[in-house]
Amino acid sequence: MASCRSLGGEIGAPAPHVLAVDDSSVDRAVISGILRSSQFRVTAVDSGKRALELLGSEPNVSMIITDYWMPEMTGYELLKKVKESSSLKEIPVVIMSSENVPTRINMCLEEGAEDFLLKPVQPSDVSRLCSRVLR
Amino acid sequence: MKKSLFDQGYLDEQFCQVEDLQDEASPNFVEEVVTLFLKDSGRLMSNIEQALEKYPRDFNRWDAYMQQLKGSCCSIGASRMKNECMSFRDSCGQGNVEGCMRAFQKVKREHAVLRQKLESYFQLLRQAGATGAATRSIK
Repeated sequence: MASCRSLGGEIGAPAPHVLAVDDSSVDRAVISGILRSSQFRVTAVDSGKRALELLGSEPNVSMIITDYWMPEMTGYELLKKVKESSSLKEIPVVIMSSENVPTRINMCLEEGAEDFLLKPVQPSDVSRLCSRVLR
Repeated sequence: MKKSLFDQGYLDEQFCQVEDLQDEASPNFVEEVVTLFLKDSGRLMSNIEQALEKYPRDFNRWDAYMQQLKGSCCSIGASRMKNECMSFRDSCGQGNVEGCMRAFQKVKREHAVLRQKLESYFQLLRQAGATGAATRSIK
């Protein structure tokens, strides 16, 4: 699988750090596995609230990839909070969902999501993200 | 044994995708994910069972729970179980209580069978690994 580390980075540069957000433990494990196999450093959390807590303390998140449908705070709501924050708004946010709902997809993209991936996410989806999102 | 799991439709290509993520850094990745799935799906089915009893004809709630379970099935390639989840959701969409009840029983059956088959599969893998190590040490 293509390594994201090789894309435009200096030799010896740390791997890009991705924050994965999903309330499903199975999906967190799978998306973390896919991201790690693409040489990302991954932190996985189970809610938007925890994601925001981490973003407040971890300055070097290169990308957020979040499930859309989560209790308490949806991925869309997390996206909005990130884009409303002066310190976080430059972080690319990718939304994942098991449902192909065009209005939902458009809403997320209009709010500033970089991409919208249908689950189950494939390694090829992540490779595509590497080249496009992490330039 | 793995081939039969695919031939009989218990697993689909997504399981292969999960297997491809296993490497030297994560040597037990597949079993870890399957363990998470079996635990999580058990919990979700328990939620559904309670909802079927406690919230009669609350098709939106039932469907929301089943959507989560279906998502987990898709993530590991649990194909037959996923199909029964979809039947349940179809019955929710039709407002068909009996259809939901029948479909849920099928979901539970598929889960039980899949659990048994996957546990046997990993047990065989562990035995093969132990045999391989013993053979290598004898040589």
